[in-house]
Amino acid sequence: MHLPILRLGRTLIVPLPEALTDSEWQLLRDRILARVGTDRARGVVIDVSAMDVMDSYATRVLDGLARMVELRGATTVVVGVTPQVAFAMSQLGLKLGNASTALDLDEALAVLARLQRRPAHAG
Amino acid sequence: MPDEQHLFVRTDADIVSARQAGRALATQLGFSDSDAVLIATAISEIARNMVEYAKGGEIVLTPERVNGRQGLSILARDEGPGIADVELALKDGYTTGSGLGLGLPGTRRIMDEFQVDSVVGRGTTVLMKKWVS
Repeated sequence: MHLPILRLGRTLIVPLPEALTDSEWQLLRDRILARVGTDRARGVVIDVSAMDVMDSYATRVLDGLARMVELRGATTVVVGVTPQVAFAMSQLGLKLGNASTALDLDEALAVLARLQRRPAHAG
Repeated sequence: MPDEQHLFVRTDADIVSARQAGRALATQLGFSDSDAVLIATAISEIARNMVEYAKGGEIVLTPERVNGRQGLSILARDEGPGIADVELALKDGYTTGSGLGLGLPGTRRIMDEFQVDSVVGRGTTVLMKKWVS
C-alpha cells in the first residue's frame, strides 16, 4: 500500500484512496501520528473525498486518530465528505467528534490558519 | 436482471470487495448514488461482524423484483458462535467487540427490511433488503 502524506508548511495533507482495509487504516493512523512528530506538524488535513464508504470502523479509527493527533499538539481537519457519505454517516449515527470538518482543502487551510493565529499563551 | 452473486468474506480485504460488489450491483439495478452508498455501508458493517465474530462467512446478493419494484436482497450467513440475545444486539451502543455497537442497529435503520436469525453455537443469518424508491 502506498499512501502519500504530503507536507505544506506545518500542515500534513493526506489524500485517502477509494477504499482502505481495516489493517491499512491502522497503519495509516500510526504513520500519521509519527509524522506529526518528525515534521513538527500543527495541522493534519485528511481528504476523504475519494472514499467509497465511511462505516463505523473507519469513523472510529479516524475519530481516534484525531484525538491522538490532538494529544500530540496538532489539529485534524477532515475534508471532502461527499453528500452520499454524509447521508449514510448521519443515518448510521456515526460521529467525528474529535476532528473538525471542512468542505475542501482551501477551507481546511483557512480553519487551521485561524486556529494557529490564536496566541498560545493568553495574557 | 443481473445474476445473484456469492461472496466469501474471511479477511478485511474481502469486506472491501463485498461492499464494492454491492455498490456496483445497486447502481446497475437503478438505485440512487445515496442508496448505493447506504447499501455498501450496510454490507461493510455486516461483513465486518462476520470477520470479527465468526471468522468469516458468505454474503449472497440477489436482485429482486416484486410488483414492478426493483430491490436488492442481501443475505449474510456465518457459522460463528451466534448471538444469544438478538434484541440486545440490535440496541444502539451494545457491543461485545471493539466497536461502538452502532453496526447492527445502524444497519437496521438504513435498510428497508432487516431480519436476524441466530442460534448459539450454530451461527447467524442476517437478511436485509432495500427497494428502489
